[in-house]
Amino acid sequence: MVGDTRRGNKLLGFLEERFALSTLLHLAEKKKVPIHRHSVWYYMGGIAAIYLAVQVVTGILLMVYYVPEIQSAHASILKINSQIDFGWFIRSLHSWGANLMIAVVVLHLFSTYFMKAYRRPREFTWLSGLLLLVLCMAFGFTGYLLPWDDVSFFATKIGLDVAAKTPVLGGVIADLLRGGEAISQATISRFFVIHVAVLPICLLGLLGGHLLFVQMHGMSEPDAFKNLPAPKKTYEKFFPNFFFKDILVWILALNVLFVLVMLAPWGIGPEADPFGAAPIGIKPEWYFLSMFQFLKLVPPMIGPIEGELFGILLMGIAALAFAVLPLLDQGQSKSISKLATAYGVIIAIAAIALSVWGALS
Amino acid sequence: MEDNSATKIEEEDKSSQKPEASESHAEADSHWDLDILGEGQVGRGTLMRTAMGGIALLWGGMTLYPIYSYLKPKASDKDEQTKVTSLEVCKVDELPKGSGRNFRFGSTPALVIHTPDGEIHAFKAICTHLGCTVQYRNDKDAIWCACHGGQYDSHSGKNVAGPPPKPLAPLKAEVVNGKIVVSQA
Ligand code: HEM
Ligand code: FES
Repeated sequence: MVGDTRRGNKLLGFLEERFALSTLLHLAEKKKVPIHRHSVWYYMGGIAAIYLAVQVVTGILLMVYYVPEIQSAHASILKINSQIDFGWFIRSLHSWGANLMIAVVVLHLFSTYFMKAYRRPREFTWLSGLLLLVLCMAFGFTGYLLPWDDVSFFATKIGLDVAAKTPVLGGVIADLLRGGEAISQATISRFFVIHVAVLPICLLGLLGGHLLFVQMHGMSEPDAFKNLPAPKKTYEKFFPNFFFKDILVWILALNVLFVLVMLAPWGIGPEADPFGAAPIGIKPEWYFLSMFQFLKLVPPMIGPIEGELFGILLMGIAALAFAVLPLLDQGQSKSISKLATAYGVIIAIAAIALSVWGALS
Repeated sequence: MEDNSATKIEEEDKSSQKPEASESHAEADSHWDLDILGEGQVGRGTLMRTAMGGIALLWGGMTLYPIYSYLKPKASDKDEQTKVTSLEVCKVDELPKGSGRNFRFGSTPALVIHTPDGEIHAFKAICTHLGCTVQYRNDKDAIWCACHGGQYDSHSGKNVAGPPPKPLAPLKAEVVNGKIVVSQA
């Protein structure tokens, strides 16, 4: 490798001497990607990353015109949508991008779950991935309030009131986020800072760790592939083979985003009226819909416990099991492995069914 | 030199595992005479680790407490001027039978209803479920919450359907000189 660059032009030599490019290239070439029936899922993380890049760029651009102030927030979005050149485009990219990004992260999560990619030594890759999804949802929740239209107002109100029912710290956290008893200027300021400063730092840091783990451990191999006799296992090089396919997939993913933005530019509802009635048909974003629908189904009181609290606890336990089960399923026993798979299927079906039900009702 | 320090570490580990054995092993310079709790001598390593942990906790607390206080909403943030005891909402003619109107009562959203049978009732419009703002629905002759479909009786404010656990908080509504006046119940 070193020989290659020496033969290249002076610039390459200059860079090589300072950044040890050939070592990086060597690493990238050593990395190999298994080829099997489920290889497509290896692209999901990369797609999530490209959508994140879109969010960062469009988010920074939105910040130029968005005003996080209660009298001006809604008007500033209207201005972005109607007066600023390409404003509608940037904003729609950010809103659609947020949805696509979360969708892809969810797919990525379930695909690694069912391929059992979380097994030793990748436990922390799994846990950091879960946290990344939580951060993405936090991005969605905080960003949703910023346009200050009627749905965003009530979505935030309900979200924080549900959070406040969580035992121990729920009330304190909801108060800190709300900055008072009612959704107000204090809430907008806090959500804005969280959305554009706190979450980006946390997300990028955690993503760094996540990617580092992936590099350290290499791509996971599903059991069926691992148990093949050595000559039957086929791999491709990460660089250049997989990398160029990655770029192709990114172009496709960006095209999906552009098509959605062109066909359905993101709209905005009437300005929030803190004293007006909740708008008919109000619903949270789709990624909160299953939880919303679940809470709606729980009766107001279950014995002595308030229904909300009961629902929150139940969902908390389900989520915790989803995080922890992978740590127990280390491939040592067939039955635990099957249990983990079955649990994943149940969670996936429940989430889909509740979301569809919530969307239709 | 190096050998020496290695054995010391080993000894320290032993002593932290078995505190009662430490006395016989005690070396003048690997322990301080800190038999405060009467549990035998404390190894220097243990002491340092405890001290470091303690300092880290203190430092963390010292950092987090001001941040928490800074972010905590103040009770004084509540606007005293928005406290209202009584309010003219509108003329009776502006609110025909079988309709309702959402309005602002001080710092809370409120709702006044002119029922189809001609009565006037007012409530705080805060749903007792999760605090959405309720509205009057003519088609159901009921107070209705869009968030999870909770329903209340339009005369009494009693919760009659859906998730709400309690009736709406009532306000007093009367007609004075052809105007609807709402006041604290
Ligand atoms: C560094 C990264 C980011 C920055 C600087 C940023 C900045 C902003 C700004 C200024 C707004 C207000 C303008 C508006 O509402 O259109 C906004 C809205 C929003 N953001 Fe972000 N954002 C970032 C990343 C993300 C990510 C990763 C997600 C989700 C995965 C996300 C989801 C949203 C959503 C759902 C909205 C509301 C969109 C709307 O209705 O207009 N953001 N963001
Ligand atoms: S907040 Fe009114 S029914 Fe849930």
